[in-house]
Amino acid sequence: MLEIHELFAKVEGKQILNGLNLSIKPGEVHAIMGPNGSGKSTLGNVLTGRAGYEVISGDASFNGKNLFDLEVEERARDGLFLAFQYPVEIPGVSNMEFLKASVDARRKHLGLLDLSSFDFMKLARESSQKVSLDPAFLKRGVNEGFSGGEKKRNEIMQMMLLEPSLCILDETDSGLDIDALQVVAAGVNAMRSSSRSFIVVTHYQRLLDYIVPDYVHVLSQGKIVRTGDKELARELEAKGYGWLEEEGV
Amino acid sequence: MADAFANRRQSIPAVLNPFQQHALVLAGQQVLSDGQASILQTLRQEGAEKFKRATRPGRKVEHWKYTSVQALKTYESAGWATPAKLPEGFCSERLMTLNATRLVFVDGALDAAASDSMPAGISLFSEADSLATQLISSHLGKIAGSVDPSRQNLFAALNSAWTTEGLLIHVAQNVILEKPIYLVYISTGSNTVASQRTLVVMEQGANAQLIEHFLSADSDLADSCFVNTLTEIHIGQNAQLHHTRFNLEHESAAHVGAVHVNLMRDSVFNGFTVSEGSKFKRLDYHFNHCGQGASLRFEGVYLARHDQLIDYHTCIEHRVPHCTSQQVFHGIVGDKAKAVFNGRIHIFQDAQKTLAEMNNRNLLTSDSAEINTKPELEIYADDVKCAHGATISQLDDTSLYYLQSRGISPSQARMMLSFGFVNELLSGLPVEDVKLWLENWLRHRFSEDRSLVSETKPSGNAGADL
Ligand SMILES: Nc1ncnc2c1ncn2[C@@H]1O[C@H](COP(=O)(O)OP(=O)(O)O)[C@@H](O)[C@H]1O
Ligand SMILES: [Mg+2]
Repeated sequence: MLEIHELFAKVEGKQILNGLNLSIKPGEVHAIMGPNGSGKSTLGNVLTGRAGYEVISGDASFNGKNLFDLEVEERARDGLFLAFQYPVEIPGVSNMEFLKASVDARRKHLGLLDLSSFDFMKLARESSQKVSLDPAFLKRGVNEGFSGGEKKRNEIMQMMLLEPSLCILDETDSGLDIDALQVVAAGVNAMRSSSRSFIVVTHYQRLLDYIVPDYVHVLSQGKIVRTGDKELARELEAKGYGWLEEEGV
Repeated sequence: MADAFANRRQSIPAVLNPFQQHALVLAGQQVLSDGQASILQTLRQEGAEKFKRATRPGRKVEHWKYTSVQALKTYESAGWATPAKLPEGFCSERLMTLNATRLVFVDGALDAAASDSMPAGISLFSEADSLATQLISSHLGKIAGSVDPSRQNLFAALNSAWTTEGLLIHVAQNVILEKPIYLVYISTGSNTVASQRTLVVMEQGANAQLIEHFLSADSDLADSCFVNTLTEIHIGQNAQLHHTRFNLEHESAAHVGAVHVNLMRDSVFNGFTVSEGSKFKRLDYHFNHCGQGASLRFEGVYLARHDQLIDYHTCIEHRVPHCTSQQVFHGIVGDKAKAVFNGRIHIFQDAQKTLAEMNNRNLLTSDSAEINTKPELEIYADDVKCAHGATISQLDDTSLYYLQSRGISPSQARMMLSFGFVNELLSGLPVEDVKLWLENWLRHRFSEDRSLVSETKPSGNAGADL
């Protein structure tokens, strides 16, 4: 699904990723944890192709394609999805219009026919209910005036509508109350399948009680310094990240 | 300041230029019935007199600094428009379908066939009963005359000099109009001149929604029409008016339009203006806070492309304490078009506790487009809050990335964001059907012509006098 090899990347002249390796097979869920500023969001941005996040060396292949050869929108249409740590507010562009344009683009790429407005509206309403978001939010501007939790649910709704093959969730759990957390986790779990993979970036072990990962990685100073199973997350929560550095990784 | 200079110049009648001379000849050609004459003669004469003496627009005159009136030269021998018969289906195709009282004027004359019957309180000047006559004589020309005379432009005076007919909307005390009033003004003819005058008198506690919609007949019937319009509005104590004005004429049109509003104690004015540039378009809004506790919310959207011009001058006079004014304007300017937003806020010494906000954002979509945005603040009271901002912005990179990261092409993303930049303000429109109509109109504009879509990062010609 995704093979990242010796990835070095910089932002604004500053090197952030320092030889990162990661291999993800279809159906797997990988959690990435790590201290603030270790490069977790940078990884998501580099993989999705955000301008300003520059690959210095290394490569990433996604379903056999060289990811870095593709434009941002091509990666998305190929099935790569990033749930933003800070979803963007776009007043004046309705959520419904935004979702329809996204889904149309993905379906077109997959050789499927456009959904009619009516069918799409129905689908969008159903999806909004699955993430306990009032369908009235579909008519509002994209994330405009949404609370933190509503924005995160909107991200999960987009993920459901786009049916990506690789989903990166960047701290989707941060700042959520337990109800919202369960909604997000249920959304993810419902989408887990043998052909879909997840990278779950989180600060808190709590999420991993709901979304049980196959692997837990620790990212520190732009590279993965330890990999384990879900027990590693518990250990991290109990001891913090300091002990890893003391161990001299 | 330029004011003193302007005043001095006003006292010496300058030699009239050909446009001014011809404008007075046109006034002389108008025929009034005895009834119209008895109501309008004084207004017309005073208007003509002011028009002769008014400061001629030019670069040295502060409120004409950015806009040349050269385009009006084409009207130096133009004649009055004679209302053409509207083609079958025109109203159903081009007008909004609203649950409203619709009155259609063609070149200043009521088109009865296209209009609903007039409800109580609404009448033509020529059909005024004794109450209407009284209201006209106590308000017409008085509202437009109440703002600092040096700020008035000569076209308001010209409008008075040209007034033979008009519409009075009177909403009596505590009356709530259930249906919005939808006034449609259509221009026809080739190189013709027309004038339009409207007076709105809202008594204490009255509540109404008014939509004014300016448009041109199809291009085989209308080309290069010049229209001078003036709407005067008196909002009595505790009364509320929602006012929406669309200036969506053909781009060959020249339009000089003004809305002058007096706000009495505790009254509310919610205004919305939408305009598309044309050969010459100058829109003046004057608000006069005359009574404590009056509040004003005013939003505007303008689009200019090709070699169009759109010039907005707003002027808010806070004369008394505890009033508010909030203005938000978003504009997109592309190709070789030019836009002006000049927002004046004048807070008098007595107007303590005034809250005044003004924000103008512009999106420039071509290197040869031009925007002049200028806040003009005169504040003489010390205990007020006044915030203003003017920006010439680009599309937000993060928003673009967000849309692209969902598979949307950069080209579509830019269109969505450019559209969103103006669509954002539409939530301020009170009548849902008006909002939907306008949203569709905008959507159509953005999809048929990419000149209003911000593609690159243009560098030049942005003038912000901050
Ligand atoms: N757009 C940017 N401009 C400048 N510095 C950035 C930018 N994005 C990230 N960084 C820097 O890169 C480092 C890693 O940031 P980030 O990937 O957001 O960390 P994390 O998500 O692990 O908290 C930080 O030092 C941060 O300041
Ligand atoms: Mg982060």
